[in-house]
Amino acid sequence: MRVIRQIVVELWESVRIALEQLRAHILRSILTAFGVIIGVWAVILMGVFVRGLNEGIEDSLSMLGSDLFYVEKFPWRDIGDDWMKYRNRPHLEAVYAAELNQIIAETAASNLVVAAPAVMYQTGIQRNNLSIDNVDVFGTTAEYNLLGSNEIEYGRFFTETEALSGQNLLILGSEVADVLFPEGGQYAVGQSLKLSKINFRIIGVFAEQGNFLGAQSWDRNGVMPLTAMRKFFLGNNRRDTTTIRVLKKPDADREVARDEIIGSMRRIRGQLPGDEENFEVNSSDMLEDQLGRVTDIVSIAGLGITSLSLFVGAIGIMNITFVSVRERTQEIGTRRAVGAKRVTILIQFLVEAGVVSLIGGAIGLGLAKLCQVLIEGVLSTQEFSFTASLSPELVLYAVLISVMTGMAAGFVPAWLASRMDPANALRHE
Amino acid sequence: MSSPLIQISGVTKVYDLGRTQVKALAGVDLQLFENEYVAIMGPSGSGKSTLMNMLGCLDTPTSGDYLFGGEDVARMSDNQLADIRNRRIGFVFQSFNLLPRSTTLRNVELPLVYSGLGRGERIERAKSALERVGLADRMDHRPNELSGGQRQRVAIARALVTEPSIILADEPTGNLDSKTGIEIMALFDELHRQGHTIILVTHEDEIARHASRHIRLRDGLIESDENIPKTEVL
Repeated sequence: MRVIRQIVVELWESVRIALEQLRAHILRSILTAFGVIIGVWAVILMGVFVRGLNEGIEDSLSMLGSDLFYVEKFPWRDIGDDWMKYRNRPHLEAVYAAELNQIIAETAASNLVVAAPAVMYQTGIQRNNLSIDNVDVFGTTAEYNLLGSNEIEYGRFFTETEALSGQNLLILGSEVADVLFPEGGQYAVGQSLKLSKINFRIIGVFAEQGNFLGAQSWDRNGVMPLTAMRKFFLGNNRRDTTTIRVLKKPDADREVARDEIIGSMRRIRGQLPGDEENFEVNSSDMLEDQLGRVTDIVSIAGLGITSLSLFVGAIGIMNITFVSVRERTQEIGTRRAVGAKRVTILIQFLVEAGVVSLIGGAIGLGLAKLCQVLIEGVLSTQEFSFTASLSPELVLYAVLISVMTGMAAGFVPAWLASRMDPANALRHE
Repeated sequence: MSSPLIQISGVTKVYDLGRTQVKALAGVDLQLFENEYVAIMGPSGSGKSTLMNMLGCLDTPTSGDYLFGGEDVARMSDNQLADIRNRRIGFVFQSFNLLPRSTTLRNVELPLVYSGLGRGERIERAKSALERVGLADRMDHRPNELSGGQRQRVAIARALVTEPSIILADEPTGNLDSKTGIEIMALFDELHRQGHTIILVTHEDEIARHASRHIRLRDGLIESDENIPKTEVL
């Protein structure tokens, strides 16, 4: 009990001394803390940025749907020099979707719900004097609507009958609708427009989906019946843009569902056991892994750079602690004479270095908060909603980082102070 | 007489200065008793400061024994020495050695902080020590707002606050004008009358005259040790 009280009393005394010193040398303290201010500012801003990046990726990838698989020729990962191998795989055929649906229907307790083809064709769309380029138009079947990847905001999706009869129907992505119908997407439904000089009737508009990290819009697209697309746009040489999208049951395990798709596709393709698959079953988690590696690299590189600035801050603290010990040698002697132990002196100077550093850290944190607000403001005016936040963990890190930096930097001078011979220290003028 | 408060026997202190060794104390035997009023005198280089550091437990002897109230100081660890200094010794320095940015009260409190006393008790005891030196009305002043004599009184209050066994004063009037010096010495006389044990380290006969026992050092040895029949000063 007595020991604990003594520790508390001495620690409190150390904090008081530290604050007295700070008040006495306010300019010097702030200049000293400057390195730490910059360091903590950089570290925290880095953390905010990486967090924002991660959240952005998560948000963006959620558009791909966590229950959706994309059967394609190429995998969603770095393929390096193997490009030719994937290039030479047989094209995916839209009819696989129908065959998959057949297998799903025949399989007891299938993990899958439905499959639909998506054949992409990039084109411009015109309406009167308005136009929009590079729109991804997908040709698909009525099952596409069951995938749940695009919600309809206005109008409706096409029916199986409409698809089979080959009507020129079109559902617009929200960005396309916004450009071509500035008066409002709801007025698009029922209107006609020209797509590469061919008339299409708009029967629906998709809800806004957002974008991928501010770059690739998920809304600059349109959907039409595959039969209509076949009539006008696709020769046999365009089959490599075909994807089969497959929806798994929400409670089905992702890997089990993936295996079922692989098995079914091998059956459809007539692949023998032991043959390597000649298709790829992609899903958003593969991209998460890829992008996760990117953010890891960004954070490690950022940490390296920011810890350098923190190191400079630490040197400043060490320097000022040396100066402080030198200036107050006689005081150290006096304190030792009236009963301060070595460890008391050590703690006193450690606390002093820690407090200077902590104040620097607090200022750095404040600056980081300011910058974060500014960044959010600037980036949110663009398409990309960068929701970088200063989480409680980051605040805690800032406090820990600054106190630890200060104490680590102050250790050598503090230790030297504690080892001083009291009689010599007393003689020091 | 009762057993001595301080018993030093055969104490030497050798400073190793690399190439040469300096023998600051060459074998000192000394007994000090409670409520003595001692002056340690000698020219500079006589070992006077070394002996004072030794008595004040700021330093330990190279060889020899030092018993303080029965405790074997010569073989104590650094922490034990700090504890002895805190509990049993009150220091008064020539240049006062007050903390410049702390108030009078805080300065006097300081040794009690290192005893681990709670704030309430510290303040109470510091106040009563300040009353004893006649500075109860200067508690919130900082050292630079006080005269030299007042500063030394604060230092004496700081020395008294732990109720130490000895008060060790190193040239306590060295930085004071003679009139103030006389006042400070009167305070020491008063403390002695109240029962305190006082050790003065000085080279001034004028100051030493207050003490009832004079110990003279020369070349690291005790040259003379004599009891002076008390004559009232002033």
